Amino acid sequence: MIAIIAFYLFATLTIAPAVLVIFARNPVHSVLWLILAFFNAAGLMLLLGAEFIAMLVVIVYVGAVAVLFLFVVMMLDIDFAKLRSGFTRNLPFGLVIALVLLSEIIIANSAWKAGPALSGHAVAQSAQPNIVALGQLLYTRYLFPFEIAGLILLVAMIGAIVLTHRQRRDSRGQDISRQVRRDPKRAVRNQQPGVGEGMTL
Amino acid sequence: MIGLSHYLTVAAILFTIGVLGIFLNRRNVILMLMAIELILLAVNINLVAFSAYLGDLTGQVLAMFVLTVAAAEAAIGLAILVIFFRRRGSIAVDDVNRMRG
Repeated sequence: MIAIIAFYLFATLTIAPAVLVIFARNPVHSVLWLILAFFNAAGLMLLLGAEFIAMLVVIVYVGAVAVLFLFVVMMLDIDFAKLRSGFTRNLPFGLVIALVLLSEIIIANSAWKAGPALSGHAVAQSAQPNIVALGQLLYTRYLFPFEIAGLILLVAMIGAIVLTHRQRRDSRGQDISRQVRRDPKRAVRNQQPGVGEGMTL
Repeated sequence: MIGLSHYLTVAAILFTIGVLGIFLNRRNVILMLMAIELILLAVNINLVAFSAYLGDLTGQVLAMFVLTVAAAEAAIGLAILVIFFRRRGSIAVDDVNRMRG
């Protein structure tokens, strides 16, 4: 009973904030609704027994992606009211497309026959904890895709740095290699020569 | 009792909301990226639901990879957005036609 209540609670609190993400006037509010949707989707995954993925969703989506969105929204000075100009014009067409898509997916779901493995609705509880089982699978059978995932993250990090890095000409930073290369013999010196000794003619 | 189809329906609704968001906010790239995140979240819910009801952990491994790609996509997308804003002073994307050729 409590599982059913929890499912409907999490499902409602995932879908309603997702709608508000789309329709919110202020993009900062959209990001905050997105965070709420992520938290409740993590709750749905907890109900399914996928603890590790649920925690990963909280850490990666809420901790990294949503905060990144929040930073960008707050950093850029954008007139968001102007960007909503085509909103009402696209609304009827978009709603029609969305309803058609939704009904198609739901009809396909209900027409799909569950195989024998799916006939029992109970989630199979294995002896191992979820994280142990997932780790054993990840570091043996899926080791190579796991490494590729790390490579994707590395490329994304380098790409983001390269894209947003810029040389600022107005800042006066310290150039360490120039300081090290400095030769005392060729440097300008402050001297006080006597009268007639300062230069040779 | 909550079955697999309940989870699939939730994921389908979430996916549709994401698609609708891309349709409605044609000018605002930030909201389009958020809608893409919603779509990927729906895919993740699907993968985890199938994994749980099939008793096979492969779906959860796949969900992890989707999560990785989502994070990378958000980072690159927002970086492109920042440099686009620096150049143009706006993020309206429906009149991006500089690379017409």
